[in-house]
Formats: sequence, C-alpha cells, structure tokens
Amino acid sequence: MIDLVGKRNWFFLISAIVIIPGIISLAVFGLKPGVDFSSGTAMTLDFEKEVELSQLRQELTDLGYDKAIVQPAGKGDFFLRLPEISAEETTKLKESLETGLDTKITISSLYSVSPVVAKGTVRNTIIAVVVASIGILLYISWAFRKMPKPLRWGTCAVIALMHDLVVVIAVFSILGWAAGMEVDALFVTGVLAVVGVSVNNIVVVFDRIRENLKRGVSHDFEVIANYGIIESLGRSLNTGLATLFVIVALYLLGGVTTHTLVLALLIGIATGIYSSLCIAGQLLVVWEKGLTSRQKAAPSPA
Amino acid sequence: MLPGNGIFGRDEFKLGLDLKGGSHLVYSIDLTKKDPAQKDADVIDGVKRKIERRVNAYGVTEPIVQTIRNERGSFVLVQLPGVKDIDEAMKLIGQTAELDFRELKVDEAGKPVLDEQGKEQWVKATAKGSDGQERELAGKYLKPNAQVVLQPQTNEPEVAFEWNSEGAVLFEQITQRNLQKPLGIFLDNQLISAPTVQAVIKEKGVITGLNIDAARTLAIQLNSGSLDVPLQIVERRDIGATLGEDSLRKSLMAGIIGSAMVVLFMIAYYRFSGFVACLALVVFVALNLAIFKLIPVVLTLPGIAGFIVSIGMGVDGNVLVAERLKEELRRGRTLGAAIEEGFRQSWTAIFDANVTVFIACIVLYWLGNTFGNFLVIGFATTLFIGTALSMFTQVVVTRTFLRTVVGLGMARSPGAYGVAKQ
Repeated sequence: MIDLVGKRNWFFLISAIVIIPGIISLAVFGLKPGVDFSSGTAMTLDFEKEVELSQLRQELTDLGYDKAIVQPAGKGDFFLRLPEISAEETTKLKESLETGLDTKITISSLYSVSPVVAKGTVRNTIIAVVVASIGILLYISWAFRKMPKPLRWGTCAVIALMHDLVVVIAVFSILGWAAGMEVDALFVTGVLAVVGVSVNNIVVVFDRIRENLKRGVSHDFEVIANYGIIESLGRSLNTGLATLFVIVALYLLGGVTTHTLVLALLIGIATGIYSSLCIAGQLLVVWEKGLTSRQKAAPSPA
Repeated sequence: MLPGNGIFGRDEFKLGLDLKGGSHLVYSIDLTKKDPAQKDADVIDGVKRKIERRVNAYGVTEPIVQTIRNERGSFVLVQLPGVKDIDEAMKLIGQTAELDFRELKVDEAGKPVLDEQGKEQWVKATAKGSDGQERELAGKYLKPNAQVVLQPQTNEPEVAFEWNSEGAVLFEQITQRNLQKPLGIFLDNQLISAPTVQAVIKEKGVITGLNIDAARTLAIQLNSGSLDVPLQIVERRDIGATLGEDSLRKSLMAGIIGSAMVVLFMIAYYRFSGFVACLALVVFVALNLAIFKLIPVVLTLPGIAGFIVSIGMGVDGNVLVAERLKEELRRGRTLGAAIEEGFRQSWTAIFDANVTVFIACIVLYWLGNTFGNFLVIGFATTLFIGTALSMFTQVVVTRTFLRTVVGLGMARSPGAYGVAKQ
C-alpha cells in the first residue's frame, strides 16, 4: 500500500515551497484590486481598423489620460482601465479616439464604479468572508461532533482549508504583478466556492479515518490515517478529476467575464484535492505523534 | 400560473444582462435634498415608480427597477436589456426633470435687469391659484399626456403639453401679464427655450428648441413626473449584445465538452456504475434546466459556470457510491446487498460534503444582494440549485436505476462495476 502519511514531511515541504513565495508576494505586492474594489472605469474597445498598442497609448496620453492602463484583449480589441469618468467624458473620449486614430470604435463592454460603491463592496466582502468562515467553523465542529477529539479534527481541517485559500490568493497576487491580473467580486465568489468544496474533500477523508478508528483497523494512528486516506484516494481523485474536467473546459473555452471566477476555482479545487490527501490527515498524525516520529506509538484513544 | 402558460409552456430561459447585452445602472438617491416633510421611504418609492414609468415609456423589454437601502445610503438599480443608445437612456432616467417657467426680471420702468455679465435674469413665474394662494407654475400641474409633435411649417420637433385645471389658472395669469414678452421654459434650471407669448393661453402649450431625441425624452419625463430628489450615477455596466451572444455560445460549448469528458471518464473507470451515474446525470441536467425555467432563474455567465461546475461535482455522490459498491463486492457481498450497503454508508459523507457548499452559496447570495451584483447572485443561485438537486439524483435516481437493474437480472458480473476478477 502507498504510504502517503509516511511522506508527510515531503508534502509539507512542497506546500511550503508554494506558499512562502506566495505570502511574500502578498506582503510586498498585495492583490491588484479591480474596478469593483478600487472604483474606476474599465472598458473594452472594439476597433474597426487595426490599431497598434503604442498608437493607442500615445493618443490616450495626448488626451490627458496618461494614467490609463491599456492591454490588448484579442482580435484587435483593447482593454482600457481609467479612474472613474462620467458618461459624457466616456463619449468624448470615444469620439476623440475615433478622430485621433481615424477608425470607428465600439465600446463592447463598460464597467464603471464610483468610490462610494467600491468602499461598500470591500466592506461587504470582508463581512462575507468572516461570516462564511464562522459558518464553516460551526459546521466543522458539528460534522466532527462524533470524533474522539472534535476540536483537534476541526483545527486540522481549518488549517488544510487555509492552506488551499492561501495558495489561491497567493497565485492571484503573483499573477497580479506578473500578468496584470485584477481581483474582482467574481474572484471573491470563486474563493468562497473553494471554501465550500475544499472542506467537503477533507470531511470525506476524515470520515474514512474515523470509520477505521472505530473498526480498530490498527493500533497505530499513523496506519489508521493512511488507510483512510488511501481508501478515499479513488473517490477524491475521481471526483476531483470530473470537477476539473468541466472547470478546465470552462477556463479554456468559456468567455472572459468569468475568468477570475473559474481560475480561482481551478487553482482552489486542484489544491483542495492535494491538501485533502497529502496535508489534512497528515496534520492529524503530526498532532498525535509530533513531527519526526516513525516509532510505534500508543493506540489512539477511540 | 395557468397550465399551458408557464408550467407546461415552452418558455425561453431568462437570460441575464451579460448574455443579452444591455445596461446595468445604479443611482444613488440623494435624500439630503428631499423636502423634510416627506418620509424617506415615500421619496425612494416615488423615485422607483417614476423611473419605472420612464423606462416603460421608453420601450425597454423586461426592464428591472429595484431599490437597495443599506448603511451607505439608498440606491436605485435599473437594468435595461438590449438598449442601444445608453447615453440617451441614462439622461432619461437620471434627470430630475423639474420643469418650471420663468419671466424676465424687470425694474420699475419695465426694463430687464442685467447681472454682472450683462445677461438678463429670470425669476420663477408665480400666480394666484384657485384658492387665492401664490404658487409657482411647475411641471407638477401638467396632465400626463405630453407628446412629441412636428411643427407643420418647419418640421421641427416640439413637445405639446396640457395643463390641469390648477395649471390653467396659473398659466392664464402668467401669459396675460407677459404678452409680447419672452417666457423662459427651464428644465432642471437650464433654459430650454424662451418663446415670446403671443396670446393669453389657458390649457395648452408647446416647448420648442429641442432635437427629436431630447424632445422624446422630455415628453416621457413630463408624463412620468419629476423626481423629488436628484440622482447620481454610481455604477454602470454596459455589455454589447454581440459580446453577450459570444459569451453564451462559448459557455455552452465549454459545458458540453466538459460534460462529455465527465461521461467518458465515468464510463471508462466505473463501467456499469459509471453508465448508471451518467443516466442519473442526464436526469439531473434535465431537472435542473426545468427548475431554471420554472422559478425562473435569470441565467448569467457565472450562473452557467455554477451550473457546469455542479455537473462536475454532481458525480461526487455517484463516485462515493460506486467506490463503496466496489468495496462491498470485493468483500463478497451479493450485488443487491452491496448496492444497499453502498448507499447506506455513503449517505453521511454525501450529506456532510454538500452542507459546506450550501453555506458558501448562501453567504455569496447575501453578498451579491448587498451590492446588487447580479453576476455573484447568478453563480450562488445555480450552484445551490445544482448541489441540492445532485444530492437528490445521486441518492434517489441512481439507487432506483441500480435496483431496477438488479431486479431485471442485468449486469450481474462484478467486473461490470469495475471490480477485477479474483
């Protein structure tokens, strides 16, 4: 049988290799807030005639929008991000660009948020994350009520969950400065969905470990835990794969609107499969036995 | 709902703004500017009703007008699917549209009084009402039947209006004393036109000096009534119709390909249980789509994503059961017993696993509602429905299928359930 518990320190190391640079990136660069959270106007411009990025940048600078962020958005479209501008200013900007670049422009999408709304969004998002965390904590303590040490199981589940969330947020932080990836309300949506899905994997694994504990499969908690994880392996990998199939399809083929949502789900669910198999149960063993031990310990209290 | 008119009817799916294209606008309602005698709730309600009237008169299909009140203030959210000229629509909705009439300020000699810049000054025209009180002539005395007409000679657009009885009393006195003098017509304190009064008029009048779009907008605004307080746009989201169509096609494609991969994978790995799981999946998708139509759920791009994700996660229960089934078969149980045992043992895991998704969905729904973000609401709704339904299909539908199969004596070999022959 594969010994997933015995290799736990390797798994912890792998996680650390991903998480530590991620946390550094978060501390240094943070996340790049989108229009939802920072206010401003974002639009996608569809040019009838092909326009060079540098041309567009020059034209925007000439019009006084030198702080504008411009990114190519495929098929000769450009994504434009500005401080919040009014409807009149938007129309004027479009018309000035049309004369300046001698082409017809369609604003294929526009999103404009004023500071008053953005501030509220940030606040409500924080409340939502806190409420969801409390809800999940309550649920976990309820789900593990029949376990021998419910607090211990709950804590390990929460640590594994945090692990998944930190990976998702860290990747977005890195993508923020590396690729200009902004976080928006849909990113938060993805993160909260990851919370739901990730705990569910951990619960299934823990459920199996608990069952083996009751059956008295072994005296050694390490063996019991490994049994439980291996027995969950098929389910975790297969459900995970099935979910990832549809999410990868959505990411590659679905539209741009949902990119942040789907990417957060993709990273979060993939990490969740890993952490439920390689981190969560292993944490229980560490708590039982300490970090280094491989010796036969006393049977765990059942 | 009448049978045949909804329940059994083949209604279209309700598509959100991001798929149909259109404009999503949020205005903040400035309650500091209200008349202190009015209640907040009445003002907000009045704003909502008047905007509804304006939007309906503009000819938008299935508009949404909602008010949001929270600690940041009061807002009105307006969704206009399929609107082409968004600038004009925003003018129509956002303007207070307070109409009044003003006369030139004159000194005792009857000469116009000029301000520092040498411009003439206007004062609001007042007259004695039918009860003897001095009143300002304003838009509220108009009958709601203003309309755009083309001036026969010049072909220029005009807004023709009619006063109610009180307005007629005031207008008669004002035109009387301003004969052969200009009378300024102001909309939101901006002069639109200043025709010279040619005769004493009681009931009717026209407003000139507008282009056709502005005239149409003004006529709608006059008929809907002016807003009691000013509005300010705080959020705007426009989605082009082609972009929406494109996104819809892409998402459907992603859904079909993703589901096909799930089906292939399930059958390849779990053989007969996998096949049954896929049948259950078909039932799941059909039920889900039916519920989308019945409630009806407004489908948005994230909403479709939520549904597609729930297809992927929806096999979870089947996987759990199929894995248990394999184990029980390996332990040497009969197929019938293994099926019952498989379901019995999987139930707690299936249930517990889905509770967390529900918690996340409820929080998300609340979050989306607090700032009127229909994209977040869309995702939370479909993921919730999908998860709840998949619990049902995993347990009830799959079990029924498997029991039927056992009853019919089909697929008896353990190999059909992915168990290697020993």
